Amino acid sequence: MKQLHELSIKEVHDGYLNHHFTCTDLVKHFLARIEKYNPKINVYLAMNDQILAEAAAIDQEIAERGITRPLLGIPFAVKDNFLTSGIVTTASSNILRGYKPQYESTVITKIKAAGALILGKTNMDSFAHGSSTETSDFGPTLNPWNTGHLPGGSSGGSAAAMAAQLATVTLGSETAGSIRQPASWCGVTGFKPTYGRVSRYGIVAMGSSLDSPGPIARCVEDCALVTEVIAGQDGKDATTSPSPVEKYSTNLGHTDLRGMRLALVKEYLLPDMREDVKNLILNSADKLRELGATVDEISLMDPHYAIGVYTVIQRSEVSSNLARYDGVRFGHDRDTFCEETKRRIMLGTYTLSAGYYDAFYKKAQAVRTKIVDEFNEVFKTYDAVIGAVSPGPALPVGASKNQPMFGEMEDILVEPSSIAGLTSVGLPCGFVEGLPIGLQITSNQLKEGTAIKIADCYQTHTDFQLFPDLDKTL
Amino acid sequence: MHTVTVTPDEVKKIGKLANLPLQENEVALFAGQFTQTIAVVNELNEIDTSNIPATYQVNGLTNVTREDKVDMSRILSQEVALREAKHTHNGFFVVNRTIDSDAEELL
Repeated sequence: MKQLHELSIKEVHDGYLNHHFTCTDLVKHFLARIEKYNPKINVYLAMNDQILAEAAAIDQEIAERGITRPLLGIPFAVKDNFLTSGIVTTASSNILRGYKPQYESTVITKIKAAGALILGKTNMDSFAHGSSTETSDFGPTLNPWNTGHLPGGSSGGSAAAMAAQLATVTLGSETAGSIRQPASWCGVTGFKPTYGRVSRYGIVAMGSSLDSPGPIARCVEDCALVTEVIAGQDGKDATTSPSPVEKYSTNLGHTDLRGMRLALVKEYLLPDMREDVKNLILNSADKLRELGATVDEISLMDPHYAIGVYTVIQRSEVSSNLARYDGVRFGHDRDTFCEETKRRIMLGTYTLSAGYYDAFYKKAQAVRTKIVDEFNEVFKTYDAVIGAVSPGPALPVGASKNQPMFGEMEDILVEPSSIAGLTSVGLPCGFVEGLPIGLQITSNQLKEGTAIKIADCYQTHTDFQLFPDLDKTL
Repeated sequence: MHTVTVTPDEVKKIGKLANLPLQENEVALFAGQFTQTIAVVNELNEIDTSNIPATYQVNGLTNVTREDKVDMSRILSQEVALREAKHTHNGFFVVNRTIDSDAEELL
């Protein structure tokens, strides 16, 4: 029989309805696990001190009315860049140390309205500037599979919380890879919705033309159930799409993928990529063929150009977004920014400054157009593009030090889809040297349902949805 | 393709524009690192983008506006707005003086 931390959203709800356990039992179970394991991997930065009272209220609601809300009694771990009223929010930065948000992010309001509970806030790269969690001002998070390795980032705390099963489900955010890459390094499932599908309101801004909040969960099914709650137009974020939100969970449970056309991008099997990682991706392609999909090899722009595009756009937007931290209305002085944050603000200031704007910023945005056009062409024929999330498994602790472009280099395979604002699932597709490898399944804007259908069918027909035994790995 | 070298003087200038106090060792470090980063960015010049428009917004929405009326749900009360500030006075934020100290005082 499964233990309480091993249950999906549906399984938790079944447990509540069948009186196998209460919400209070589940929350206490997670709190005990967090107390035991968190000191070893540094996942949680702040806890919700009201959670037992909230759980008791939910138990009463379930007793009186049953389960009428989609995330009722589901304990979440939330990346520390989502503003949460009542829980300190720092984006893992000293400049926001102790900050108690005066308002709440739309995503948090939505999950709470759906009945979710927030266990606490998870570590991340400071201001999401990185792909390792090593730039956090509160120390790195360690990978639950092997504490000598990084969890990835920037949503490394949420991905590690999921791998260590310290919450039922977690929230992250992605600018380019920050959901899919840590999910891949930690062997869990991350879902990046289309840019503008989920509101950015109340999430500490990084690259505003790219930022996409989304879930990191134990399975595609849970990602679908969370995304259908958090997606939708928001009057407080003008970039949110007015198109109606699909019921993504209707795309789950397909027994085959007949009729689906998939594209494997040749250039994404990088020349310097490890053979064993390449083979896992090729095996995944074979598995998808076995499930009835066609998989063709196609050619796209060399992804290393996406590094330059992403670097310029993201740092330019960072320099603008982080101008607001003046230490007057909230937070501390600008000299408390960490080195990585300063580096990004300054490079963005440089690329936007007089005389350089056309050469760097405008040039990058023009190449972005070419990337968008290429994907548009591909999606005329194909339902999804597949490839590795990351060129290799989780790197050792310390790998990001003295690497001013660590994140950009590590995220080479997820930058093109982020630059084009696409939706994508990152999910486990095997292991090398005991560390998980992730497959990305990327679909066109607003085709969340397609990506979820393919990813769920692949996941339920493979055996890679595994979790480490923490008593052995920590 | 010509290489771009970011000099320590330029780093100091950017630091000033970005309102970031820098240590002397950071100036030298950043100058070297920015030079490396710009070299990667400059590889974009290998791609012909003549007559290609820039994409600033990827999901096609344009000119999203709302009715110009007060929406109380977006507004913080004075008490809440001031709550996180280190220095307040009579319901206002206290800020550093930004006008020259030798300027004539307005009474």
